[in-house]
Amino acid sequence: MSPQDSILYLNNVSVSFDGFKAINELSLYIDKNELRCIIGPNGAGKTTMMDIITGKTRPDEGEVYFGDHVDLTKLDEAEIANLGIGRKFQKPTVFENHTVFENLSLALEGSRNVFENLFYKYNQEKLDKIEESLEIIGLTAEKDRHAGELSHGQKQWLEIGMLITQNPQVLLVDEPVAGMTHQESERTAELLTTLAEKHSVVVVEHDMEFVRSIAKRVTVLHQGHVLAEGSMESIQNNKKVIEVYLGD
Amino acid sequence: MFKQSLLQRLLLSDTGSKIFTAIIVVMTVVVPALNLFVPEDSIFYISTYTMTLLGKYLCFALLALSVDLVWGYLGILSLGHGAFFALGGYAMGMYLMRQIGDRGVYGNPLLPDFMVFLNWEQLPWYWYGFDMFPFALLMIFFAPGLLAFVFGWLAFRSRVTGVYLSIITQAMTYALMLAFFQNNFGFGGNNGLTDFKDLLGFNLQDDSTRAGLFIASAISLILGYAVCKFITQSRLGSIAMAIRDSESRVRFMGYRDEHIKLFVFVISAVLAGIAGALYVPQVGIINPSEFAPIRSIELVIWVAIGGRGTLYGAVLGAFVVNYTKTFFTAFAPEAWLFILGSIFVFVTIFMPKGLVGLYDQFRNRRPFKTRQGQAAKS
Repeated sequence: MSPQDSILYLNNVSVSFDGFKAINELSLYIDKNELRCIIGPNGAGKTTMMDIITGKTRPDEGEVYFGDHVDLTKLDEAEIANLGIGRKFQKPTVFENHTVFENLSLALEGSRNVFENLFYKYNQEKLDKIEESLEIIGLTAEKDRHAGELSHGQKQWLEIGMLITQNPQVLLVDEPVAGMTHQESERTAELLTTLAEKHSVVVVEHDMEFVRSIAKRVTVLHQGHVLAEGSMESIQNNKKVIEVYLGD
Repeated sequence: MFKQSLLQRLLLSDTGSKIFTAIIVVMTVVVPALNLFVPEDSIFYISTYTMTLLGKYLCFALLALSVDLVWGYLGILSLGHGAFFALGGYAMGMYLMRQIGDRGVYGNPLLPDFMVFLNWEQLPWYWYGFDMFPFALLMIFFAPGLLAFVFGWLAFRSRVTGVYLSIITQAMTYALMLAFFQNNFGFGGNNGLTDFKDLLGFNLQDDSTRAGLFIASAISLILGYAVCKFITQSRLGSIAMAIRDSESRVRFMGYRDEHIKLFVFVISAVLAGIAGALYVPQVGIINPSEFAPIRSIELVIWVAIGGRGTLYGAVLGAFVVNYTKTFFTAFAPEAWLFILGSIFVFVTIFMPKGLVGLYDQFRNRRPFKTRQGQAAKS
């Protein structure tokens, strides 16, 4: 795979906190419209990697590029989000005092400055967009409820719905099925597969069964480094991977 | 009639706002009328003292509103809002000082008394223009707004939040207090600005002028309320509340949280400045004690007692606490701070949503069980 085709390109990235190397010479390429799963034991650097891509953490060394020539290490969170990189957090972070509708509306692409928002008006197109994502995540009936009243699984979906209205080119999804029931996981898998038709999706997940159900390509991280990369089958048969992760 | 309907929509959007608007509108008409047109021996007569006292409360209510806008809706616990109030007050005070002209004790037509007393030869440059009301009016908006802009720009850009931000707002108002205490700072030092004579040609001692100031304060409060409502009901307000609840999430959605915070903070400071400007001619003095950190902390207590994040709660809190203060400082002044502290502790523990939250608190007490029952059934 050449870096030219990729939408996200990390090369030799390292970052350490107080001497601990959370990410160690990590190189990773994500293609357009790819659904990539990233697995790895606790402390492998999965969340730190997302922090680096979204501008929350600055790498000590290495390159992080979006598309061909946008250097992400020079931008902050809001700029990166506006370029088209959306993120779903590990712990569902929806705005609990806002309604489901408002949550989706806040994420809606466009209108990010102060005065546009002070005099903001909904038009049919915007409303349609919100209705559409309500349908996709199956929360149409809950649209006027406060997000804080939703179940854990519904909050996770709402957050995915927010990514849909935000309409980024790349979606970074951190542990989408943590704490979900089996049926909820299946729904989530469907959702993410549908999203991958139009977006590049990067999923970090612990749940191997879930990864098996959606993954085409899997990257295994270990101690801040890529241990192996390939199809789910090749990963499952990789000796190194079995040793550090799948074996136990 | 678009404008009118917008104002109506803002002021009558919920029960609390309706009650607020009704009470303030009635006060605006009735209080000055009972002062000016009812004979003094009538039981309906409202003394000029009472009217001025109520006028002061109106200014405090506007100030409380400005605190609620940043604290209740944006999550910024400002412990320095008294500084914006005082700056607006000083801008008005400077105009009033220039209006004294040669009627001062020293009879200098240009220099205010305290400058003559300090043997100053000429007017400092920053006093220029304050003889003109439009300029003073501009400064009432501009001075607090500029301070808030510079302070907010530095603080929000550096992502100073939470208790650290509260502490530096305290430091800001404290630093200003020390500066204004200096005689050579040029604002009257310890004594501040006082001995005002007239405003726009109207004698400040006249009942009709007092009534005019009362009406101006009431109208400012209503308009300030409408401005706050407009902001909080807009999508910007929705983003502000999102910042309050989860700031980093808002950032990851692509909003520049520091710009949104800065905008709301500056609007809030300007409202506080207007409150100060209306307050000064009614009490007849402005001095550096308005910058005292304790004053700013008191404001926050008004809002907490009234109920944060509702706007009308802030207004109620300002009235209740200040009425209680007037009542207690009359016969037990040394006990007042203990009483205020006790009320604050009581409200925080037993009424987390303040006085305006009481209604909901009582209404929800019993139906809570049935609601859970319903949830179980469904």
